[in-house]
Amino acid sequence: MAKTALQFRHNGRDVAIFVDGGTNLLAALRELIGDMTPKFGCGQGGCGACSVLIDGELHLSCLTLAETVAGRSVETLDSLKDGPNLHPLQRAFADNFAAQCGYCTPGMLMAAKALLDRNPQPSRTEVIEAISGNICRCTGYEPIINAVLAAASGGRARA
Amino acid sequence: MLELRKDIFADERDDNLKEIGKGTQRQDMLGHVTGTSTYFDDHKLQGMLHLKVVRSTHPHARLRRIDTSDAERSAGVRRIIRGSDVPRNLNTLLSLINFGKDDEPSLAVDKVRYKGEPIVAIVADSPREAYEAMAKVRIDYEPLPAVFDVEDALKPGAPVVNETYPKNAFIYHDVYDHQKLRFGDVERGLAAADHVLEQRYQMSPIEHAPTETNGSIAAPDTNGRYIVYTSTQALFFSLDTCAKILDVPSNTFHFIGGTVGGGFGGKVDTLTEPLAILGATLTGRPVRYVLGREEEMQFGSPRGAERIYIKDGVMRDGRIVARKIRALFDSGAYTRLSSYAAVKCAAHLPGPYTIPNVHGDVYCVFTNRTPATAMRGFGVTAMDFAIECQMDKLAHLVGMDPMEFRILNAYRDGDMKAHRREAKNCALIECVQVAAEKAKWPIREEFKRASSRKDGGGSRAAISPTPRESYAPATAPSQQRTTYDRAPAAAREPPPPPPPPPPRPQAPSHGAARFSSVFGTRRR
Repeated sequence: MAKTALQFRHNGRDVAIFVDGGTNLLAALRELIGDMTPKFGCGQGGCGACSVLIDGELHLSCLTLAETVAGRSVETLDSLKDGPNLHPLQRAFADNFAAQCGYCTPGMLMAAKALLDRNPQPSRTEVIEAISGNICRCTGYEPIINAVLAAASGGRARA
Repeated sequence: MLELRKDIFADERDDNLKEIGKGTQRQDMLGHVTGTSTYFDDHKLQGMLHLKVVRSTHPHARLRRIDTSDAERSAGVRRIIRGSDVPRNLNTLLSLINFGKDDEPSLAVDKVRYKGEPIVAIVADSPREAYEAMAKVRIDYEPLPAVFDVEDALKPGAPVVNETYPKNAFIYHDVYDHQKLRFGDVERGLAAADHVLEQRYQMSPIEHAPTETNGSIAAPDTNGRYIVYTSTQALFFSLDTCAKILDVPSNTFHFIGGTVGGGFGGKVDTLTEPLAILGATLTGRPVRYVLGREEEMQFGSPRGAERIYIKDGVMRDGRIVARKIRALFDSGAYTRLSSYAAVKCAAHLPGPYTIPNVHGDVYCVFTNRTPATAMRGFGVTAMDFAIECQMDKLAHLVGMDPMEFRILNAYRDGDMKAHRREAKNCALIECVQVAAEKAKWPIREEFKRASSRKDGGGSRAAISPTPRESYAPATAPSQQRTTYDRAPAAAREPPPPPPPPPPRPQAPSHGAARFSSVFGTRRR
């Protein structure tokens, strides 16, 4: 099968891969680049576990054709940490017990980051709206909402 | 009391286990928030192949012919696996604790019993090539009449779903087609009651829908062993099930798991590991078998549907004097864990209430639906839904407040339960009192003063006389037999003559002892 060369920025680093036609971004990230932080949940855009940022905008990588990110910048949960230091959102998720099985957490964190990047002081309603595309089947939504709000206020205090 | 030589372990752990009231971090939290917790599918192995399964498109059909010749020639295909390739192609999960007969093939051979049942497995270089080969498998089905309703399934002449159980009901202790509870004389109780209320309740199957679908990766290791990365909730149970199906010693396998992307009971069925390991055995390469979302819904077991009839007798003053329950658990096409759910349900009757006459019949019924399994309190959850709906209706019937009605009928310490065990450490009254307070629900002073610790026992500790029932011997089943490639011959003996005496439990082998109280092998 003919493969297409594809270059893009992955977590601030230039990468080049060859993809089959029809390969989605989730498979490209996990299988070809080896970034296992985005998760497969449904493959149909229903659960949000595969959420990543493309040029800073939240996208479902399972519904994104890999070839469409050529020349663009893709960020996954793997980029959130600053060296050994947790991002304020990661710290807030941990402090607020906002993960149970942990499988939705990468997508939740990316959705939360997309929110705080454009709206550093969201209301509770805005947080709920921002994570509404992400399913947590352990149903830990309250701690997740609290964690995002805590990160928003904590982030400002540190800045 | 066992005395530990604490001086020996002095360096190992602080003995202060007073954790209540303090926040304690999960040990896996750092992995979760950094995305480095390793789920089974996060392993990428050199030369890994992908396994996909061709599934039945019919709820009930004979398999006339399975033609895989085109699929075998399809690009990237390494191996086609059929039922005849599975060393022991018939299993039931709880056979590991001597409970139930082997009734489910890993890959269907002569018949399919639910839509989504696995028939052929394809191992290929990529998922895409496996899908392309799947489309080339030709299966000639002869559709059979299907049954989807538990009551229809028990009617004479109903289609036989699973030939291991020709009457469409699980058989307990080789004799009984249901779980039976008898305490006092329910018919006399109902006759003497001021009001009788009979209701029917139905709960649908519920899919766990974990965010991570079921799956596993099996890889050949050195010394003929296999490493298996799996999503299972039951690592050793799964390992032993694979050892049985693949007919090898259990030390052939090194199972690695524990990081599960949501389970809720839907990951105890060993759905993927046997075929993944078999694929690795037949190809000598790592094999990954992951369910897609549609497969998870169609093939992954749900919580089973239940139909429940409750007939209660209640006095004007609010005392329940009789409760008669008939419950039918929809096991789907195979047993998996529903047989155990029915045992749990019978053990739960009549709910946490002191009722002098209780009569329960709980059936585990086979239908042409997706096999059901464990899910958070299975066997009890739907029954509690039915019982508590019934409690509200009864309270309304006698003109009582529903909270007070529950306090009036609740178990108190010293009461006799329908299982002829004394109720101890009861707390329902206190729970209802706290719930009423939190909900600002007014209850009268005498109910606020009620306590589980007083007014129990005495006449409430009595076992009312329980009439013996005549036992109708099982009629010869109209069997619709089929054969399996390697079915053990002993699976279908005619039922033994009717009791009494009840069958003596087998000497508990390993593991059986832990489940003794529910499976009737009493541990004293």
